Amino acid sequence: MTRAASIGTALACLAASGSAQGQVAVRGEIVHTAAGQPLRDAIVVVEGGAISRVGPADQVEVPRGFRTLNAKVITPGLIDARSTIGLSGYLNQAHDQDQLESSQAMQPELRAIDAYNPRETLVAWARSYGVTTIHTGHAPRSLISGQTAVFKTRGNTVEEALVKPLAMVAATLGEGARESGEKSPGTRAKMAAMLRAELLKAREYDAKRAIEDDSRPDRDLRLETLARVLTGEVPLLVTVQRAHDILTALRIRKEFEIPMVLDGVAEAYEVIDRILEADVPVIVHPTMMRAAGETENLSFETASKLYAAGIPTALQGGFEPYVPKSRLVLFEAGVAAAHGLGFDKALRSVTIDAARILGVDDRVGSIEIGKDGDLALYDGDPFEYSTHCVGVVIEGDVVSEEAR
Amino acid sequence: MGRILLGAIVLATALAAQDMPHAFVGGRVIPITGPEIENGVLVIHQGKIVAVGSAAEIDLPDDAERHDASGQVILPGFVDTHSHSGNVEGGDGSAPMHPDVRALDSINVRDARIQKAQAGGITVANIMSGSGHLLSGQTLYVKHRDAKAIEDLFVYREDGSLAFGVKMANGTNSRKDPPFPGTRAKSAALVRERFLEAIEYREKVERAGEDSEELPPRDLGLETLVDVLEGDRVVHFHTHRHDDIVTILRLAGEFEFKVVLQHVSDGWLVADRIAASPHVLGASLILIDSPGGKIEAKDNRFQTAPILDRAGVTTGFHSDDPITDSRLFNRMAALAVRAGMPRERALYGLTMAGALMLGLEDRIGSLEAGKDADLVMFSGDPLSVYSQVLQTWVDGVKVFDRADPRDRLYAEGGFGASHDQQLTVHGIARGEFE
Repeated sequence: MTRAASIGTALACLAASGSAQGQVAVRGEIVHTAAGQPLRDAIVVVEGGAISRVGPADQVEVPRGFRTLNAKVITPGLIDARSTIGLSGYLNQAHDQDQLESSQAMQPELRAIDAYNPRETLVAWARSYGVTTIHTGHAPRSLISGQTAVFKTRGNTVEEALVKPLAMVAATLGEGARESGEKSPGTRAKMAAMLRAELLKAREYDAKRAIEDDSRPDRDLRLETLARVLTGEVPLLVTVQRAHDILTALRIRKEFEIPMVLDGVAEAYEVIDRILEADVPVIVHPTMMRAAGETENLSFETASKLYAAGIPTALQGGFEPYVPKSRLVLFEAGVAAAHGLGFDKALRSVTIDAARILGVDDRVGSIEIGKDGDLALYDGDPFEYSTHCVGVVIEGDVVSEEAR
Repeated sequence: MGRILLGAIVLATALAAQDMPHAFVGGRVIPITGPEIENGVLVIHQGKIVAVGSAAEIDLPDDAERHDASGQVILPGFVDTHSHSGNVEGGDGSAPMHPDVRALDSINVRDARIQKAQAGGITVANIMSGSGHLLSGQTLYVKHRDAKAIEDLFVYREDGSLAFGVKMANGTNSRKDPPFPGTRAKSAALVRERFLEAIEYREKVERAGEDSEELPPRDLGLETLVDVLEGDRVVHFHTHRHDDIVTILRLAGEFEFKVVLQHVSDGWLVADRIAASPHVLGASLILIDSPGGKIEAKDNRFQTAPILDRAGVTTGFHSDDPITDSRLFNRMAALAVRAGMPRERALYGLTMAGALMLGLEDRIGSLEAGKDADLVMFSGDPLSVYSQVLQTWVDGVKVFDRADPRDRLYAEGGFGASHDQQLTVHGIARGEFE
């Protein structure tokens, strides 16, 4: 196709849809930017997929031909800081469950992007409530289950959805990682021992690969991935619930000086000083997660206690093995807001603070000029049970308008 | 006789704590069966509601202990028609139907979920075993009193008999290897076979009359099914898919049993059929945060609540504890409002609808003089995420007080908040359903 013809096709598409790609204006009675005080009666303009103007409605000019959406409340597109959707399908049948491969205890080479289904029902469902970015991938419940990635909740192919192909390497310590019978690890101490041994192996591998002589080992994708953790490039995401397991994770972090993000941490409030001292961020369990087994001591107030201590914190939809197959981070943040966290911090925990922990705050998480045009529109307080999400914008495209 | 005596003892213990009338003044009272009352007054005495009305209408008894409820909202205690708290169990894997098995023989009253239900304002629940059987056993209707033994939770009917129902299920959960059914048609066939057996048993008993020689050997399971056939015991039928719902309507028509439809995920597809059945006492819904998690729940949606309500079906809710959290039971109604159910209908769904489905509508479900003093006090709008349950009262006794640190632990969670609590889902242990 010639360039002229392709432009012609694009224009025809434009005429058909009534609006250009990547451009829109939204006007909100309240705009929560997650970057300063909320703005009253303000307009956000998105051009070429990115936010180009933000300000009071009487000062911001909407370019000619831009569609304008109106809503009571506008927030940055929400971020689910830890999910498994796209890998763990909503039907919960063998054919749509790709979040956990259980043949081996440690498989850091498993890539989220090789399993992510951007057309999965739960991805569209999260999007329709205002979630525009998800950190998803391999699930907890294996010592090292695989990689995670960051996606936008749209796109027909994994490439179209992709923000960050290798976000973290997912590990689990505690009950969830325990294997049965002769399979290892069968105990907590064995988990730590295996993790140490594998990290040492990766360190050695990385050092030997750097030397270009006959002793150079063959490529090993598993050790290569862990080497990226050891060099500080990729954090180890450790799902851990009990207080003593949290301390084990922090001990290993110190020994290997690796970047770490704690996930779940039901008993975080028991060791909050140690978490603060270690300076690791926390992606706290879904507020409404079930209390039993090693999560028996979880609390609606954990997120608020982490924030009060000054620990970088985000909320998550998490992983669920049964009904509901996924939790919605919007609802989890609402209950956290009502149990000590308050509106502002709850919103930060699913926008800018989540973006920072995921290392994608240069693109998403707040309404600021230059950032991706990802916006969620609500007809009231987004966290209130009876409020509806009335519009969702990703990079300037209106991707949902159904009241949800 | 023994049962009646035991009930009397429990009642006497409870009464000691409530010699004085209590008057709640200054709050917003939502009686459910009447208009909301700003600056309302509620008087309770000896476990019963004595008076409900506006401050102008009601004279406070001189000896009443006054409770300032200004800024609060007072409602009847919530009714949860489907809970698995107490780590309840039903029948085992030996057969698909266990009408002789009683939930009450398995419930651990020290399960923290009882306290958590109190923290959620749930005063009455139907505790039942799972859906892994066509008929997993007898259920137990409980009042969430502070309990040391299962008898402390009992609810008695007017004739002194224990209040309970029967748990049945169709669809995929009860389909497995023999002796369980392998298909839906086989499921229905096995149920029919067992009910026909009960009909024969009833005829034998009737024929025998006074002649004890002629009586068939007592069969506790068939006795229970006869009670179901007589309409004396309600079937709580776990069901999701639209065709399974219609199968239940068909079976209920054939055997003329009374049924409460539980979950009813696809109810929105067959709302008119449900509404037209004279055998359905109501539909009790679970609204889940995302569709799916199991294949039958793939079309579960919040809209089911307003659609069934509009069709004329008595529509209520359940926690299915531990599937959803009892402490946030109000959320179920709020999500229904999100989907278009009128506020007052959603609040009815948390209270009176459940009372009707348990056949306890003369005793609970609304704030009316003469009814049980089962109350919940909210810090604000009971359908707002930001409101908290402040107190819960059962039979005139305060069982939850957010100001009490021990109770607050149950309400918020934290170290020790989940003692004796196991995660079982429909009777299946956590490890198994994963």
